[in-house]
Amino acid sequence: MFDSIFQNLFNALQWGSFYSLIALGYTLVYGVLRLINFAHGDIFMVGAYIAFFLSIFFFKGDLALSGSTTLVLVIPLTMILTSICGVTLERIAYRPLRRKGANRLYVVITALMCGLILENGNLAFLGASRKSFPELIDKVVYQFGPISMTNLKIGVVLSSIIVFFILNAFITKTKIGMAMRAISYDKFAIPLMGIPIDTIIVVTFVLGSSLAGLAGILFAMSYPVLDPFMGALIGWKAFIAAVVGGIGDIKGAFVGGFLLGIVEIMAVAVFPSTFRDLIAFSILLMILVVKPTGLFGIAKSTKI
Amino acid sequence: MLLEIKNLYVKYGNIEALHGISFTVDKGEIVTLIGSNGAGKTTTLHAITRVPPPEGSKVSGGDILYDGKSILNVSAHSIVADYHIALAPEGRHIFGNLTVEENLKLATYSRKDDAARKKDYERVYDLFPKMAERRYQRSETLSGGEQQMLSVSRAIMTACDFILLDEPSMGLSPLLMYDMFRVLKKLNEEGMTILLIEQNANLALKFAHRGYVLDTGEIVARGSAKDLLNNPDVKKAYLGG
Ligand SMILES: Nc1ncnc2c1ncn2[C@@H]1O[C@H](COP(=O)(O)OP(=O)(O)OP(=O)(O)O)[C@@H](O)[C@H]1O
Ligand SMILES: [Mg+2]
Repeated sequence: MFDSIFQNLFNALQWGSFYSLIALGYTLVYGVLRLINFAHGDIFMVGAYIAFFLSIFFFKGDLALSGSTTLVLVIPLTMILTSICGVTLERIAYRPLRRKGANRLYVVITALMCGLILENGNLAFLGASRKSFPELIDKVVYQFGPISMTNLKIGVVLSSIIVFFILNAFITKTKIGMAMRAISYDKFAIPLMGIPIDTIIVVTFVLGSSLAGLAGILFAMSYPVLDPFMGALIGWKAFIAAVVGGIGDIKGAFVGGFLLGIVEIMAVAVFPSTFRDLIAFSILLMILVVKPTGLFGIAKSTKI
Repeated sequence: MLLEIKNLYVKYGNIEALHGISFTVDKGEIVTLIGSNGAGKTTTLHAITRVPPPEGSKVSGGDILYDGKSILNVSAHSIVADYHIALAPEGRHIFGNLTVEENLKLATYSRKDDAARKKDYERVYDLFPKMAERRYQRSETLSGGEQQMLSVSRAIMTACDFILLDEPSMGLSPLLMYDMFRVLKKLNEEGMTILLIEQNANLALKFAHRGYVLDTGEIVARGSAKDLLNNPDVKKAYLGG
């Protein structure tokens, strides 16, 4: 019984890592723009596909690089290309609306549409058939007493933790990070400090999208079947994780992601697996009812 | 002439707030713009600093020249970073979720002059010892008066040589107000050009070299501070007798 709890907990950490990495993107964009970027789950999907095509190119193509070399190339390239995708959305969809001072509702609907365009664009151009991600690294199983861990799962969990600490240092220590925090408090005064708002927004999208890209690679390696709608449900869940953590706060998104992973896995451990999402969402709902601002959120009147 | 406002018209949507005002500020001067609530003082400063819509307004006519060049097409951040004009805005607008020091640090965002920047921290902490004391405190926990000092300190940290002050005495006790004006005087003596907006016209005219009186979007009186203090119309309308 205890053994399976620890085993489950470890699996929960893996799923928590995916949720956290994606939730961080939601929370960063929300913190800076007060925009819920509903296309973000699909940016994650785009990341997984970019990783897929790059891997095929390096690993299976004429180059026939080794799996580990491929991975070393694919990680940064996917993060860069995914962030270009995120920044493009901001440029062509969100920025024009911002310039026109459009109502928040229209911006959110635009975000939803962007997500649908990414999903259906993928479906239209790449077809409905699922892609299977090549196995880049050989699976190694470590046995710690009764708990078995694979190198991949350990890698996933460690990556998300390391990435979080790097991001946290960026947000707290650098001037751009400070500006990102400052915008959420008072947007008006940002240009008065000589700071170009658009630069800060672009950096925000680069950060959020590259983390989604990283999540895309890690997810594709762990569950190597890709389809155009793979980002939809994960995206919603990560968004909820960000809200439960306290949207706008990166610690909240990180913890919220892991919390969701744990709640889900524990639900399946006790109830039939069809109950998983029902129970997980009910628990998150209860947390929000008790603390509507989320675990780390602070009620603040300046938050619009 | 450092700043020249030429026949400036400004609109909020369809409502015109400034109906063709003109005034100038010379290098090294302290000029004050006085007027009652809603006269268009803040609107004028926001036009100069190019605050973009929706917070800002639209210039619908006239021109703003700085050092002889029109700045109407300059973006707000570049006004600070490249033209070295800073605004301590009405209502302070400090970043309450950052510490005092982080607020100051953020104001140096576009600066590359490392040595001078270090000196400026000392200068600000020297001008406002309260800021040094509260350095690591989250700035929303400062008192209103301290927040006002932070707002002015932040403007100084941008390395401006022209500072626009929108009611810097707001929320200050008489003692702190005296302190604030002493600091501003000192800044001016060190070469800073100042455009000051004040509700308290008496105070502003005692402090400034020259002044303009703004009334519902039009300039109705101008002159040396001394002349304005003795102008019977100004006395009656703005100096309480
Ligand atoms: N965002 C806005 N939208 C529409 N009208 C505005 C806006 N801001 C200011 N106004 C109008 O423009 C006019 C000038 O306002 P402004 O804020 O410049 O006055 P002020 O002289 O700074 O007054 P106060 O001393 O009260 O600060 C007022 O009639 C005001 O109602
Ligand atoms: Mg005003």
